[in-house]
Amino acid sequence: MRTGGDTGEDRTVDNSAVDIRGVTKRFGDVVAVDNIDLSIADGEFFAMLGPSGCGKTTTLRMIAGLEFPTEGSLRIFGTEVGTLPPNKRPVNTVFQNYALFPHMNVLDNVGFGLRMQGTGKADARRQAAELIELVQLTGMEQRKPSQLSGGQQQRVALARALVNRPKVLLLDEPLGALDLKLRQEMQTELKSLQRELGVSFVFVTHDQEEALTMSDRIAVMHDGELLQVGSAEELYERPVNRFVADFIGQTNLLDATVLDEDMIVLANGTRVMAPNPHPAGTKVAMSLRPEAIRLGPRGSVPAEHEATSLPGVVAAMTYLGHALVYRVNIDWLELEVRTETVGAQDRLQPGDEVTLWWDRTADWVVPDE
Amino acid sequence: MTGSITEPRGVTRRLLQANAWFVYLFFYAPIVLLVIFSFSDSRNVGVWGGFTLDWYGDFAASEPTKDALWASLQIAAVSTVVAVVLGTMAALALERFTFRGKKVFDALLYLPIIIPDVTMAVMMLLFFAEASKLFGFTKGFSTITLSHIAFSISFVSVVVRARIAGTDQRLEEAAMDLYASRWQAFRHVTLPLIMPGILGGALLALTLSLDDVVITQFVTGPGWTTLPVLVFGLIRKGVTPLINAVSVVMLVASTGLVGLSLIAQRLRSDTS
Ligand SMILES: Nc1ncnc2c1ncn2[C@@H]1O[C@H](COP(=O)(O)OP(=O)(O)O)[C@@H](O)[C@H]1O
Ligand SMILES: [Mg+2]
Repeated sequence: MRTGGDTGEDRTVDNSAVDIRGVTKRFGDVVAVDNIDLSIADGEFFAMLGPSGCGKTTTLRMIAGLEFPTEGSLRIFGTEVGTLPPNKRPVNTVFQNYALFPHMNVLDNVGFGLRMQGTGKADARRQAAELIELVQLTGMEQRKPSQLSGGQQQRVALARALVNRPKVLLLDEPLGALDLKLRQEMQTELKSLQRELGVSFVFVTHDQEEALTMSDRIAVMHDGELLQVGSAEELYERPVNRFVADFIGQTNLLDATVLDEDMIVLANGTRVMAPNPHPAGTKVAMSLRPEAIRLGPRGSVPAEHEATSLPGVVAAMTYLGHALVYRVNIDWLELEVRTETVGAQDRLQPGDEVTLWWDRTADWVVPDE
Repeated sequence: MTGSITEPRGVTRRLLQANAWFVYLFFYAPIVLLVIFSFSDSRNVGVWGGFTLDWYGDFAASEPTKDALWASLQIAAVSTVVAVVLGTMAALALERFTFRGKKVFDALLYLPIIIPDVTMAVMMLLFFAEASKLFGFTKGFSTITLSHIAFSISFVSVVVRARIAGTDQRLEEAAMDLYASRWQAFRHVTLPLIMPGILGGALLALTLSLDDVVITQFVTGPGWTTLPVLVFGLIRKGVTPLINAVSVVMLVASTGLVGLSLIAQRLRSDTS
């Protein structure tokens, strides 16, 4: 049995690529980013995940220098950058809609950063051509952005940022405008590119699956607050609160009240065993992943799972080929249960009375906030 | 018929076509007549007296016309350059920055477009009369040019503003993220993108300056007669085909300017 802790973000590493301490950003009355602490290690693929409007872009823009924090400290490789303008920071950005220069061809777009840093024209072109090759756009050098597909524009934006050899690359929903197939291809490519270059990527997305597949660590944001930072596994298995549990992957959240350190009372009065660190009386939610729940005919629960079981009635069953998905009614809630496919005669049918049970280590109690 | 569902048909269609032709006739018949009679070998305007180029010869030979043309060109060139710079700066300030009194500045900037020419002319005349008491300058090139700048700025900034509004401000941010200073971001990204607007504004200013009569007449001084003012004066003495010839020259010049600007804008819009 495991339980929620803090955001998991209390380490201050001297060599962290980006170190954010107590940063708040207000726009008038709107608190876009609310007192966040965050450390991003050198060479890390770091994702910032959260629903639209939670402050991801604002955080990224503060790292880039396009927005200055209202409060707090922001360091890049140990140097306080607070109000340093963007052109003085060793970071580059792949913007949400790419923001390619429409009046320049691909070569000049990619060479722009070098030119601004004083690199000679010929040298800038040579280096730009190398990056264009890296992102597999050779032959497109003379095209204008308007003559490229979305995926190609995305690659130009990537090359334009990477040609400057940034110490940190910021990406704001870079795959958001691409269709699913291209998106998945680019996910793999970005990930291997990041490994190859060894540069920190800070990757903003609202797509949890994308964050889970690509990242070393993920920060989950909500309403300007940083809720939790951790690996995909940590977030999935040990979410700190109801929001994270719900946002990462799919789960069933059962409202409950803490009885003591071992037991909770579910909304319908059923007591179940769920060791937890919360004081008696705390409103909590128990998170049960669909694949962690077993079910069988009423009364078939193994003795050792008696304390972690519930009666229910099958409401619906969906056949997914490799899996079966049951919707099971438990008084006040419908749970989703996912099991391996079994032969047609062994499947439970709508209306069947069943018992649900789970391992003692499978549930996770989070404060109900 | 391959027309779309929204395309008019039948009687409506024919009426609309007739209307279009009528409008074109209304616009272009006078121009055609003007051009034809500028080649007419007859002192009477409107009486065809055979083909001649004499009137153009007279134009080229006449000192007052040549002086007026030269005056017009100098005034137009200077007032356009100044109005374009100031108008573009005003447009940038209004589109990209917030500052105290912005709304008032915004409204005041467009006043010259709304105010009737005559009112503007009287205002200018009064202003220069008072100003010359203080500074003691004489009316002429400077007063005409200043007046032209005053009314052109508004038109330039309207045109440029429309273009700025259509360009993505994030591009400038992207430039700065790529190590451009504020000035470099403007110079390499914003300026090229709003250039069609600036060219369009410049052309407008040039045209307005070249054919202004009312305001120029009020603020002009000894020795400074622009081409349109000269034509206006000549007409009062009686219309001759010389006027036709002068008008045709002005027509060709301004059409040429419009054409050039369109070409310039076409070149630019390929790139944006
Ligand atoms: N320039 C701004 N002015 C006012 N409010 C802003 C500005 N930028 C962002 N916000 C607000 O801050 C919040 C966070 O925005 P943002 O960082 O863009 O969210 P996300 O990228 O996660 O969708 C939103 O409520 C948004 O409306
Ligand atoms: Mg965003």
